[in-house]
Amino acid sequence: MKDVIVIGAGVIGGLLSRELARYKLSVCLLEKANDVAAGASKANSGIIHGGYDPEPGTLKAKMNMAGVPLLYQAADELNVTYVRNGSMICAFGEKEDVTVRALYDRGITNGVEGMEILTGDEARALEPNLSEAITSVLRVPSAGIICPYGMAIAAVGNAMDNGVELKLNFEVCAIEKKDGVFTVTATNGQQVSARYLVNCAGAYSDKIAEMAGDKFFEIIPRAGEYHLLDKSQNGLVSHTIFQVPSEEGKGILVSPTAHGNILVGPTAAKVESPEHVETTEDGLAMAERLGKKSVPSLWIGSRITSFSGVRSSVSTGDFIIEESRKVPGLIHLGAIDSPGLTSAVAIAKEAVKLLANAGLELVENPDFNPRREDPRAFAKMSPEEKNAYIQVHPEFGRIVCRCESVSEGEMRLALRQNPPANDVDGIKRRTRGGMGRCQGGFCMPVVMRLISEERGIPMEEVTKNGKSSKFLNGKL
Amino acid sequence: MTEHDIVVIGGGPAGMAAAVAAYDAGCRDVVILNRDSRLGGILMQCIHAGFGLHKMGKEMTGPEYAAVYEKMVKERGIKVYSETMVLSLTPDKVVTFQGRDGYQSIQAKSVILAMGCRERSRGAIGIPGDRPAGVYSAGCAQRLMNIEGFSVGKRAVILGSGDIGLIMARRMTLEGAKVEAVCELMSYSGGLTRNIVQCLEDFGIPLYLSTTVTKIHGRERLEGVTIAQVGPDRKAVEGTERFIPCDTLLLSVGLIPENEVTLTAGIEMDRVTSGALVDENRQTSIPGVFSCGNVLQVHDLVDFVSDEGEIAGVAAAKYAKGETEEGKIASVKPGEGVRYVLPQRIHTEKAQKIDLYFRVSAPLGKVKITAKSGDTVLATAVKPRVAPGEMEKITLKEELFPLQGEEITVSLEEVK
Repeated sequence: MKDVIVIGAGVIGGLLSRELARYKLSVCLLEKANDVAAGASKANSGIIHGGYDPEPGTLKAKMNMAGVPLLYQAADELNVTYVRNGSMICAFGEKEDVTVRALYDRGITNGVEGMEILTGDEARALEPNLSEAITSVLRVPSAGIICPYGMAIAAVGNAMDNGVELKLNFEVCAIEKKDGVFTVTATNGQQVSARYLVNCAGAYSDKIAEMAGDKFFEIIPRAGEYHLLDKSQNGLVSHTIFQVPSEEGKGILVSPTAHGNILVGPTAAKVESPEHVETTEDGLAMAERLGKKSVPSLWIGSRITSFSGVRSSVSTGDFIIEESRKVPGLIHLGAIDSPGLTSAVAIAKEAVKLLANAGLELVENPDFNPRREDPRAFAKMSPEEKNAYIQVHPEFGRIVCRCESVSEGEMRLALRQNPPANDVDGIKRRTRGGMGRCQGGFCMPVVMRLISEERGIPMEEVTKNGKSSKFLNGKL
Repeated sequence: MTEHDIVVIGGGPAGMAAAVAAYDAGCRDVVILNRDSRLGGILMQCIHAGFGLHKMGKEMTGPEYAAVYEKMVKERGIKVYSETMVLSLTPDKVVTFQGRDGYQSIQAKSVILAMGCRERSRGAIGIPGDRPAGVYSAGCAQRLMNIEGFSVGKRAVILGSGDIGLIMARRMTLEGAKVEAVCELMSYSGGLTRNIVQCLEDFGIPLYLSTTVTKIHGRERLEGVTIAQVGPDRKAVEGTERFIPCDTLLLSVGLIPENEVTLTAGIEMDRVTSGALVDENRQTSIPGVFSCGNVLQVHDLVDFVSDEGEIAGVAAAKYAKGETEEGKIASVKPGEGVRYVLPQRIHTEKAQKIDLYFRVSAPLGKVKITAKSGDTVLATAVKPRVAPGEMEKITLKEELFPLQGEEITVSLEEVK
């Protein structure tokens, strides 16, 4: 029996598992997909929000403000790529100038430091590609960009390095509590038991609450569609460029990513199910149009891919971070939409407090190591260091993904380092292999071969992202 | 840092032809930096016939055609660094690359760019819908079948009637898959006529023109695609949508020259070809740096790739020996009905025969092609029909030189 079961290996479940690994506890992290970070954590804007946006007094405001420094610290410890690039919230006309001022005031109330209001011209002096129609800008220097799935993967990996058990393809279908013990059953019949249960199931957190006999909220899934532009467009903007919320849309941004691409989006459309992660003609067109409103020279011809992610909202608009009122020992971390990534470490720490209040005994784990071996260490080396390293590890000399310069050695590492990749998308998210301008057209067969070798499975069994997402249909 | 007279970046048909030609032109210190473990580039997965008709006077498969050049490379003792990836080129011709032996730099006298091209991806054209397994670029599927030896699916739709798409329609059919349709956004095919006949018509595979894929369905493996007819604005016409169940979607929607290394050196580019701007020697804006093959302009026949490699190779050898081309230059521009002309500039003083390669903007019947300098007609040719998918050329004869004027245009007009 475990001490704690965490359901959902996204950025919240991952960081919570890592926080729990600081104590002498046996923790099991359950994930229904074939990899961690498979839900909202893999498809969002990757923004570290400054904190001007949430209504003062809400959990969002509290977690956002507490979360920013904690996230930067965790990113440093876990070697997750981020840039503190600052954000700009742009007004188009007098009416929106008023909103910019109101956001500034709200930021002051929330405790955001270093904000300034710029005229359109002052903003364009910093960001020459901004639209001439922009009349004023709220600049928030503490905001940043981070690789969201990188954070989730690193958090789970570090948690595993410190003893947390990860179970993939564990799709929870029943939760039973008897004599103070939760027993969680998966669709494949596996069972895990623990005294405490934390619901970090993202878009499915209402379903998990219901299974545990505590349905009190309903997730409203909202899809956000994005365009990702080629690295050749790096420099189009350096800040994350937002628009003030208007009738036309809310939150379409144009931003560099932590890896040097340009991201345009997201739209916000209510969808019937969290499984609804398809892009639409209308959504993609809208993201393009509103992106060009901020940055008219944005060139959609440089797009390398588009994608959609589902956010998990609730009608109150705030996070749910609390112990169940009906089921003692059950903690809900639900409705974690924006600024969820920014708040993630703060939420995880808050959840540990809630568990302690519920009776979980916390004894410090003296062996806990907050640092994770950097999977991109090779990429960060100087040419001389790379040369020396390749002499000893020739597989790092052989480039597999030409667009992102990812070597065979780095891909093999991703198949070995916690949490090991199991599929082609897993390699992509860990190494960026296949994430460049050819979108895996050249390297995918080689990546499949590496997975086949490292996992000891036939090529036909290699998948894109688990289950029946197989590529091949037998030998010729 | 080591030094070599000529560094050829790329071991495909362009790079091999260039290296051999440079050697035969008297330069003995030629090295090829090859990305793959063996020479041949993309030819190695092109196991169908149809290569070499112009150059070798017989029909060969891709690997057979490559073997001819590989043999010539080996006979000459040209050094090949395999499984290496060039990371950068400086304007003073320092080539930095990474391979199993480490991270190295070479100072070259001449550099020949022969990196080939890549396929446009689903992401680039932005087809809406799900993102399941089973959506491949045609070349990726070709590699999985012809090199790795696997079937990629049982029931396929192919988007784009470029040559690789057409070849793959036949290839999948021969391996027992059902190819439901080839859809082409344009009102005409971008592939060679012979491929439409031999790969589609001979197998009864329908080609739907002015038709595109508007949605991809399937959460895990592809379950089907929605296709629709498009209007003159290339947007789907409402009411024409049709669902086709399939487990495989192949994309043959364009090739993009892989000029990332070219750009690191700051070489001047042509927006239409997406390749470097070159003169008749295939020399780029940086003296001593030459470009040839699909990295310069996307070809439809490998025979022309080899020809272009030879031009670049001979010129690179001369440059390495200190012989540079001097004299007046004229720019070559596309006129009416022509999308681009290559080379984009030529030397006008020295007497030499120059072939101007070009692609037309739209398919036409009988046309008269004219190369002019101002009002002076330099050359004319008549073609029974032309199409954007087939590269054309017109020759400026040696006796025309020295040429007057600073701008040459190639244009065409329909002949009634």
